[in-house]
Amino acid sequence: MARSNKQSGGFSLPFEQAVIELEKQIAALEQRDNAEDFAPEIETLRGSRDSLLKKIYAGLSPWDIVRVARHPKRPQTSDYLEMMCRDFCELHGDRRFGDDPSIITGLGRIGPYKAMIIGHQKGKTTQEKITCHFGCAHPEGYRKALAKMKLAEKFGLPVVTLIDTPGAYPGIKAEQRGQAEAIATNLREMSRLHTPIVCVVIGEGGSGGALGIGAGDRVAMLEYAWYSVISPEGCAAILWKQANEQSNAAAANALALTARDNLANGLIDHVIPEPVGGAHRNPHATAKDVQSWIVDQIRQLTRSKPETLVQRRYEKLRGIGAVAWQQPQISASAGH
Amino acid sequence: MTQAPNRTWADSPELAPKGKKAVPEGLWIRCPDCAAILFRKSVENNLWVCPECHHHFRVSGLRRIRQLVDPESFEPFNERMTPVDPLNFVDLKPYTQRLADAQKGTGQNDGVQTGAAFIKGRKVILACMDFEFLGGSMGSVVGEKITQAILLAADRDLPLVIVSCSGGARMMESGFSLMQMAKTTAALARFDDQGGLFISVLTDPTTGGVTASFAMLGDVILAERKALIGFAGPRVIQQTIRQELPEGFQRAEFVLECGFVDRVVERSELRSEISRIIDYAGK
Repeated sequence: MARSNKQSGGFSLPFEQAVIELEKQIAALEQRDNAEDFAPEIETLRGSRDSLLKKIYAGLSPWDIVRVARHPKRPQTSDYLEMMCRDFCELHGDRRFGDDPSIITGLGRIGPYKAMIIGHQKGKTTQEKITCHFGCAHPEGYRKALAKMKLAEKFGLPVVTLIDTPGAYPGIKAEQRGQAEAIATNLREMSRLHTPIVCVVIGEGGSGGALGIGAGDRVAMLEYAWYSVISPEGCAAILWKQANEQSNAAAANALALTARDNLANGLIDHVIPEPVGGAHRNPHATAKDVQSWIVDQIRQLTRSKPETLVQRRYEKLRGIGAVAWQQPQISASAGH
Repeated sequence: MTQAPNRTWADSPELAPKGKKAVPEGLWIRCPDCAAILFRKSVENNLWVCPECHHHFRVSGLRRIRQLVDPESFEPFNERMTPVDPLNFVDLKPYTQRLADAQKGTGQNDGVQTGAAFIKGRKVILACMDFEFLGGSMGSVVGEKITQAILLAADRDLPLVIVSCSGGARMMESGFSLMQMAKTTAALARFDDQGGLFISVLTDPTTGGVTASFAMLGDVILAERKALIGFAGPRVIQQTIRQELPEGFQRAEFVLECGFVDRVVERSELRSEISRIIDYAGK
């Protein structure tokens, strides 16, 4: 699936091969001593690369989108903190057991607002990935997140969460320390937190592990993020009895996990478009758009009293579901 | 309270499960735990508990209700609420086909029964999940019925008892199922603010999105002996860590040792355990 390639940092998506070829040609020209002489050619090549990328990304399948969401160069919480947050002051620990590095929490300024920022961290280097369990948090991660949300509530700061996890960690210690209880408690407490909560799915929105910091007033997804009840592989393994390229793709399709699908189903509020070729090709432009959406939401939400926010958040969650009534009439209701 | 139109559900033979059985068929049955050959009737009369080794057979939602409540006291709610297929989900089989099969097999519209009932003379709002219906999975109907049960308990100021038996959120409704976790817990927050008593009963199995939402939020959490209780399923954990799991891992007794349930109980004690807690904590 992944092929070694210098231009994109040792990793390329299978559907991007033609783009990689063009990028190789561009790089070759740029490296020449008389590169200036080739400026028009380079420009032309860049133009064709961009239009090719645009075309490829317009036709991505849900399974392709999952791959983009997992791209190793895709910006993570730590990148967003660097790019959109001034004076970030990390706060560690759940005050119960430990400090889970797979969820980063801390105080920071986003645009004109002070906020409590909470996000999954997958890790960049191999060592960091192992320490962060590839973004799969333990119960202490969810408890840390909740402790910091309560802190935000106490001091009237809005909460911003950045969601990027394949799922909560499935392991012996996670079970012993109450993974289910930790997520359940977060859901209950987030629903009655007296301060604005703004959530963005920046990469992977893997099930309860994502929702555990994702029950907010406003929830957006980046264009090539995914969010679903289970990963395509997990779903394929259970319902298709095997996880391979074909069944994974079929499951990704069936799960309606893309940003557009989730928006159409009323499960999120907004899709933040990504730059041509995905967030990994232009992290700064992505961060700028994420930031401006977050700032807009905080501006709107801070106008309401905390009690009103909690009431509206409750009503929003209350409305989600699709049911019918057996005779005499059928009525289906989708969420907001 | 309105009288439900159909009160004969509990013992009506046409509603007896015909599909995937939690309880084995036949005159004689073999206990999966101690291998004893048992006369079916003797197990049935023993609340579906093996008289030899106390193995707790899995029971359907209807049987559970019958075992738990005072005779003829259950008044079901929302019996006509029925699932839809919001995503046109098709895996090896269409979701609509899976639903139709499960409905035919169980005689139920979906995987939870909710209603008002008396337990040893104490009035409660009760929800019992049904593993026989697509693994007791939580989709929109289960989420909505549980939510309405919680809100009704709040409205009528009654204790709430939810008996969980579920593999987790229902994949075929994807994001809709996931969000039922947030919906049910938001309703529980309201009930909690109001000072309502929620007794959560965990039975074999209670895993995934059900454990990670309302099931783990009981004011008092009871677990049936040896019930599998966890977030991730044992197979998923084994595949992740590639090690043998310790003996008794994720069983009720283990979860109690870890500090996440209040009491491990025998099925025969469940009625008295629940009523005792209501006497201490209920209004």
